[in-house]
Amino acid sequence: MQKVYSEILQIAGDVITVEAEGVKYKELAEVKSGQGTSLAQVIRLEGKKVDLQVLAGSRGISTDDKVRFLKHPMRVSFSDNLLGRVFTGCGVPRDNGPVLEENKINIGGPSVNPAKRIVPKNMIRTGIPMIDIFNTLVESQKLPIFSIAGEPYNELLARIALQAEVDLIVLGGMGLKYDDYLYFRDTLEEHGSLSRSILFVHTASDPTVECLLVPDMSLAVAEQFALQGKRVLVLLTDMTNFADALKEVSITMEQIPSNRGYPGDLYSQLASRYEKAVDFDTAGSITVLAVTTMPGDDVTHPVPDNTGYITEGQFYLRGGHIEPFGSLSRLKQQVNGDTRDDHRAIMDRMIQLFAEYRSTLEKKSMGFQMSQWDHKLLQYGARFEKELMDLSVNIPLEQALDLGWKILSDIFEPAETGMKESLIKQFWPAEPLQKAQ
Amino acid sequence: MKRTGIVGGVNGNMVAVNFEDRVMQNEVAYVIVGDESLKAEVIRIKGKRAEVQVFEDTQDISVGDTVEFTGELLSVELGPGLLGGVYDGLQNPLEELAEQHGFFLKRGAYLEALTDEQQWEFTPVVKVGDKVRAGEKVGTVPEKIFTHWIMAPFNLQGELEVVEIVDAGSYPVSKVVAKVKDAHDKVHDVGMRQFWPVKIPISAYAQKLKPVDPLVTKIRIVDTLVPVAIGGTFCTPGPFGAGKTVLQHLLSRHSEVDVVVVAACGERAGEVVELLEEFPELTDPRTGRSLMDRTIIICNTSSMPVAARESSVYTAVTLAEYYRQMGLNVLLLADSTSRWAQAMREMSGRLEEIPGEEAFPAYLETRIASFYERAGLVKLRDGSIGSVTIGGAVSPAGGNFEEPVTQATLKVVGAFHGLSWNRANSRRYPAIEPLESWSKYKSFVDADKVKKGTEILRKSNHVEQMMKVVGEEGMSIDEFIDYLKGEFLDAVYLQQNAFDKVDEATSADRQKFIFDVLEQIIDKPFSFDDKDVARKFFQDLRQRFITWNSTEFQGEEFKKLEEEIKNKVNG
Repeated sequence: MQKVYSEILQIAGDVITVEAEGVKYKELAEVKSGQGTSLAQVIRLEGKKVDLQVLAGSRGISTDDKVRFLKHPMRVSFSDNLLGRVFTGCGVPRDNGPVLEENKINIGGPSVNPAKRIVPKNMIRTGIPMIDIFNTLVESQKLPIFSIAGEPYNELLARIALQAEVDLIVLGGMGLKYDDYLYFRDTLEEHGSLSRSILFVHTASDPTVECLLVPDMSLAVAEQFALQGKRVLVLLTDMTNFADALKEVSITMEQIPSNRGYPGDLYSQLASRYEKAVDFDTAGSITVLAVTTMPGDDVTHPVPDNTGYITEGQFYLRGGHIEPFGSLSRLKQQVNGDTRDDHRAIMDRMIQLFAEYRSTLEKKSMGFQMSQWDHKLLQYGARFEKELMDLSVNIPLEQALDLGWKILSDIFEPAETGMKESLIKQFWPAEPLQKAQ
Repeated sequence: MKRTGIVGGVNGNMVAVNFEDRVMQNEVAYVIVGDESLKAEVIRIKGKRAEVQVFEDTQDISVGDTVEFTGELLSVELGPGLLGGVYDGLQNPLEELAEQHGFFLKRGAYLEALTDEQQWEFTPVVKVGDKVRAGEKVGTVPEKIFTHWIMAPFNLQGELEVVEIVDAGSYPVSKVVAKVKDAHDKVHDVGMRQFWPVKIPISAYAQKLKPVDPLVTKIRIVDTLVPVAIGGTFCTPGPFGAGKTVLQHLLSRHSEVDVVVVAACGERAGEVVELLEEFPELTDPRTGRSLMDRTIIICNTSSMPVAARESSVYTAVTLAEYYRQMGLNVLLLADSTSRWAQAMREMSGRLEEIPGEEAFPAYLETRIASFYERAGLVKLRDGSIGSVTIGGAVSPAGGNFEEPVTQATLKVVGAFHGLSWNRANSRRYPAIEPLESWSKYKSFVDADKVKKGTEILRKSNHVEQMMKVVGEEGMSIDEFIDYLKGEFLDAVYLQQNAFDKVDEATSADRQKFIFDVLEQIIDKPFSFDDKDVARKFFQDLRQRFITWNSTEFQGEEFKKLEEEIKNKVNG
């Protein structure tokens, strides 16, 4: 017979304290109050005192409400029945489907043994040249999109999701605006992808603590599918809301904050989620794409900063396009050597020249005299921005590389490009002499 | 009779334990949860209450669970068989764990680092009646590329008399191969393996020496501008995306040392996997054997338990010291020491200690200093020389070097390789900032020549800054040529293509050779009609030089291009 405790000693923030015995760390409990029933999770044990975090928030809980411990940690049901469904952060259906009770699995399970990981080898083609050529996305990569509010990051996320060749999509929404949630659901539905998607959505109006569970729920489910051999793409938006929820809870718990109020273990907290991205030896994979909005467009803010140290690169979304500087896919070397011989050279030189173009622009704006070289750079930069950088460009990698050579040969002499001679011989377009004068 | 205690509270990975008997600071304890025993370390004692940090997830621990104390400090196993191994921060062999438990790291599963399955061919080098001291060899076994010394236990004092020694033959690591008697007539076992507490430096050597000889890393900018000495220390701070890890991997591959210990501390698991797949395939040019044969990987990646991350750098440095005791040069690369410092911060927070700057504990600086102090060049008791060189990556928040970990590190290291976003963004790799980085060690390239190089880089940088204000037309042609020379030196020497089979590693001889050619170019007073012609000239020269860099040293192609370059410069 499970004991029910009916004396709550303390309520501070969303954390309540009761006196109980035999309680396990991280165990779940049920709190029945006038506001309904909510789950709560044990976050500290001190003698008989048990601190519980109430997932639905503590509003309306009174000191004589009933607390019943459930003898198990947070779990989620796992089966093919999840496909096409939408849940809250606690795993309660948000759509009109039935509650799923079968085959419950623990969330936030142990870390993968590094000896069982493999080096990822498959490129994920997106049709976006700024990704495919310059920062190739690779299966099992974890990559954030750094962006400021107002940029079309959710659109970019949705587009990559639809075009990427994967078996399953798990979307974890944290602090999502309700219309963004509808946008994702409808876009997936329109393109016939909802049936291979699972959504865990916490909207901005839901209790904060639920937000903390979204990544764990999404990744626990993704992990099970990956173990069955599926290639899973996990989309998380927006991880800054997750970090803010962490901050809120840790401050309530009177933890000493380290940087701008965020807890000292922010890095470990984020890492334990992102590191779930994996390519299993002899099974499937998990690729994680996450949006991280940067407050004040400041990449040194603790959230993007810690994220950047964890993830395998990052895409900066700025002014409606993916920035060539700073954006980086760390895994691109694993795949871009096998695409085409000129891939790496085009990637490096075009960016270096674009950097020179940017500094020429600066000089120009200050009214300095433009040299012949500067004029070439200006021409180059304008074409680069229009033909490769624009987010509406949708061409396969090979076509994009050819376009790169076309732009270079239209403007520069071969030696000016700094390319190796063997590549110039092989790829320089046939009529180099008819330059735009 | 085991000493035990009872769990009194749980907060994150810190567990409070009520005990009756006695408890030793920093001893290892096990928290018993159902059928699992979770390893932990005592970190604070208050009255009859000890606080332990658990090296595992603390889920399901409840008040009243039993805790067993072991009376031992956190230790590692030292003996033949470590080379080529992959261990977690507590020295559990990861490959074997994977074999037994599959994809995931099972909580509470621990294995011995060295197993008795393998037999080692032991040859004694002492006989009964001989005198040895701690750390001196009593015999040898062949291990992969080296002769591995079996040494008298490091913790014994004074002169020891050999009273027993086994015959040559095959033995497992658990074999006691000799017995020695100390000055008080107490007899001690000498095993094939010994245990050593990770947080205490091994000091069984005759003398610590000053590091002077340069360590050849084959990375041009490091070897020429900001060299590292054998037995020295260096740090590599840089924002994310500046290429710290790639640089460390290059160092681990190409450095001319005997053993490399890589400590992947709180970083990405994927990067370790790259090492694991690459290294066995690569050949070490010094031995002709697989690169893995000289490497030990300690990996406690970011999603693995935080407390074990804190101990992982100590585990790594202890293994490095152990191989140093055999007269070998060992390079320890720790990536990243910031994660290690953060692990200390997390624990300090849970202990509710009064925080220092950015909530790091007040003892951060001393911990960092004593870690780097474990590097060094030492003369062993038999006269041979061994060394541990430590290179630590630092991951400063926001890429801002004015933060506690970077600052505490800079105070104690001999060389500073600062990586910058600026260089990384313009794809100038390795992204070490040449004008801000420094080294207290000497390069094998002549110091006067190096000085000319830095001079021209400084001038070039100055002109570049000026041009931002007054424009290209505001500079004289000579100043502009200085600018081009600096940019040229940067492009063809400081930058190195890690993906080119030849260019990725440049031998010391080749570096000296190329730098002589560059010196001529730097010295030569060029005259050009106008700036566009000058620019064109250097672009062209750069082109040839880059092609030159990817030809085999002193090969036919190399000599041909050398001619071309010299003709171009002089013609």
